[in-house]
Amino acid sequence: MSALLEITDLNVHFATPDGDVHAVKNASLTIRESECLGIVGESGSGKSQLFLAAFGLLAGNGRAHGSVKYRGTEILGAPASQLNVLRGSAVTMIFQDPLTSLTPHMTVGAQIMEGLMLHRRVAREEAQKRAREMLDYVRIPESARRMRQYPHELSGGMRQRVMIAMATITGPDLIIADEPTTALDVTVQAQILEILRSLKNDRKTAIALVSHDMGVIAGLADRVQVMRYGEIVESGAVDEVFYAPRHDYTRMLLDALAKAGETPAPVTAVGAPLLTVEELQVSFPVKDKGLFGKTRTLRAVDGISFTLHQGETLGVVGESGCGKSTLARAVLQLLPKTGGRVVWLGRDLDSATQSDIRKLRQDFQIVFQDPLASLNPRMPVGVSIAEPLKALEPHLSRDTVRARVRAIMQRVGLDPAWINRYPYELSGGQNQRVGLARAMIVGPQMLVCDEAVSALDVSIQAQIVALIRDLQAETGLALIFISHDLSVVRRLSHRVMVLYLGRVVEMAPSDALYADPRHPYTRALLSAVLTPDPRAERMRKRELLTGDLPSPLDPRAQLSFLKSKLDQPGYRPQLIEVGPGHLVAEHDDVQTA
Amino acid sequence: MTGYAVRRLLGAIPTMFVIITLAFFMMRAAPGGPFDSERRLPPEIERNLKAAYDLDKPLLQQYAIYLGKAVQGDFGPSFKNKDFTVAELIATGLPVSARLGLWAMGLALLIGTALGIWAALRQNHWQDYSVMTVAMLGITIPTFVTAPLLTLAFGIYGITLLGQEFSLPVGGWNGGAWRNMVLPVAVLALPQIAIIARLMRGAMVEVLQANYIRTARAKGLGAGRIVLSHALRAAALPLVSYLGPALAAVVTGSLVVEQIFGLPGIGRYFVQGALNRDYTLVMGVVICYASLIIVLNFLADMAYAILDPRVRLK
Repeated sequence: MSALLEITDLNVHFATPDGDVHAVKNASLTIRESECLGIVGESGSGKSQLFLAAFGLLAGNGRAHGSVKYRGTEILGAPASQLNVLRGSAVTMIFQDPLTSLTPHMTVGAQIMEGLMLHRRVAREEAQKRAREMLDYVRIPESARRMRQYPHELSGGMRQRVMIAMATITGPDLIIADEPTTALDVTVQAQILEILRSLKNDRKTAIALVSHDMGVIAGLADRVQVMRYGEIVESGAVDEVFYAPRHDYTRMLLDALAKAGETPAPVTAVGAPLLTVEELQVSFPVKDKGLFGKTRTLRAVDGISFTLHQGETLGVVGESGCGKSTLARAVLQLLPKTGGRVVWLGRDLDSATQSDIRKLRQDFQIVFQDPLASLNPRMPVGVSIAEPLKALEPHLSRDTVRARVRAIMQRVGLDPAWINRYPYELSGGQNQRVGLARAMIVGPQMLVCDEAVSALDVSIQAQIVALIRDLQAETGLALIFISHDLSVVRRLSHRVMVLYLGRVVEMAPSDALYADPRHPYTRALLSAVLTPDPRAERMRKRELLTGDLPSPLDPRAQLSFLKSKLDQPGYRPQLIEVGPGHLVAEHDDVQTA
Repeated sequence: MTGYAVRRLLGAIPTMFVIITLAFFMMRAAPGGPFDSERRLPPEIERNLKAAYDLDKPLLQQYAIYLGKAVQGDFGPSFKNKDFTVAELIATGLPVSARLGLWAMGLALLIGTALGIWAALRQNHWQDYSVMTVAMLGITIPTFVTAPLLTLAFGIYGITLLGQEFSLPVGGWNGGAWRNMVLPVAVLALPQIAIIARLMRGAMVEVLQANYIRTARAKGLGAGRIVLSHALRAAALPLVSYLGPALAAVVTGSLVVEQIFGLPGIGRYFVQGALNRDYTLVMGVVICYASLIIVLNFLADMAYAILDPRVRLK
């Protein structure tokens, strides 16, 4: 096989106000025809900039030198006119975050056709036909209607399929897929990877798969290169790198994932429940389009019950839109509920006044997903951490507050000397430690972590998870740990609750759930979880859910797994106990492929 | 969209009512009246005059009478411009002002956006810096400086270009002949060109950094195509918000430009009417300006929704 793309000693520099940043250092790689090269690295490793630089797509302050040859022709620093013959035609790109990467004011169809009409001189009607075929290929139903829609009208998974359709329609030799599944739900991720696999196998397209996730790379790549701080630290065939890693950093990345099998220490104290939630409901009114649009009710949380004991962790998993964040906020009295009861230490919170609840906030705290966005950018982190303490214990002296801030910073692994730093001066992991410190400083009995580690690199994620476990062991904290990532949930949770469109489909002790999932949705979620094991990934048959999550506004959506009851539209699947503490929602038997 | 339009236009009625009420009572609260002058009128003449204009009635009754007539489109006679009704004054003056204003705005849009896009594409290069410096001058130099300077250059001395001498009339409307319009349109357009260029540059620089522009570049599109089909619509949004009120201000004329070039527009009525306590004239121009603002802001919001499909009008 001949080399398609050959990068030799590529260096990328960025001129920033803080001086020169050497983002890619002497990187060399080769991609042969119809092979998949996986590039792994954490944020800031330069893995994306490497390819942007190769094809002249760096930001204005970036400079690249070295050599990039496409089919033997030097293209680094070539004029735009020469590059534009290649870009979008023989070499196409799929970017992370398809919402911002698609032009918001152009229809999906126009964006897919654009490249084809430009590079292949295809007439409009023919381009339309080919674009629709492409949408069918990436499994977007109702292609004719989708063509006329705008990106914001599609779901995240569908937008990414549009990106793939756009990148595939010109029949490229090489597709550069930059974090193509990041921020997508696991089941959607599995579908997207399936499409990429068929591109590679059926269309013989070479793929450069850039990802921070070893699991994504494992199933698809033939060869792997690991990047760290702008350097390629290890490269080799996929099995070599995964089964016999030579570099410490590769080993560390793999270890971070291997720990996914760990389970938490059993709960020791079992007494009266700390928190009891009964038939909790939260609905939002949603107005239809048009002058006389009907107002319909979106049941974000539709009758959820559970209890939580001291020192226990309840994991809550489910895909975007399943109501897991709404549940957390309603439990914490941050959102008004529409029905049901929340009982805290035997007290029904319906009877509590606003000022009672303010005082109770000392007992239950929350850590949010995006650490940088949820901290006030104009406040030094020390002030952010001190704020809940000042609000809830106003009698404390300045010195006491300062001492407690320093103590908690130390405890969560932050240097107390950083007390006057601002969030933008810290990394994502450090900011999430600030978030934890802010929540823990008042000594809560329950902590809700809402996707608290989802935005972090794997190595950082492992550290934060370990920190949360330590804090729980020390203080007997009860945790509600919300995540779409089933392996992280497993490491922390004693019990796990699986949500689907605002309802519990399965709730069980962690071991039982992962070993013996009963509900078809749980099984699909678990089968979509990727492991850093190339052989297993290649062999594995997945229970793929087809299509997108149904709209929660659709009254029949609740019966997706109980189609036999579709003639009773108001019917809600009931929970049935199948083992000790193992509840499963009624469902029809499904054939598994 | 139609539902939204109907609701917006219905919503304009109470707004107009509040504006008329506020303007009416504020005008009356100002000291003096339309018939005060250095030479005091004999008391009986003044009484008759006031009676003729209903000014002897209680204020609330005057307000009711005014409102009743205004609803029917009768804005009353002007107190100072004898023999003219306010409606007649506006009907003759507004077309002059509007014609100048529309030309100026059209010109400013064309030149301003082009300069702004060019500066954005050459960000932090000499082209960018020179456009922005000139634009800053255009904003800071007032029209009562640019107008006499242009008058001197083109009207008094005449400028020779390509062997041909250009000389333009320095004043008068002359039935709207283009030669008479060149200088006032230029004076009105210059600051607008400057503002639009700056707005356009700022928005364009930001849009060009968006992820979807990177996608467009990765698709192999040329710079022209990227700007026209991927960047321009998003970058035009701030401009659209600015254009609503700006257009209302420009088409209702400018006192300075009308005085310097001797043009029969309505810009001067805003100032003269207020100084003379010509109550009905002030009310007339206020209603005219307010309706323009309401209509143009509405159009700007509609344009916004058309440019950005994510905006849903409710």
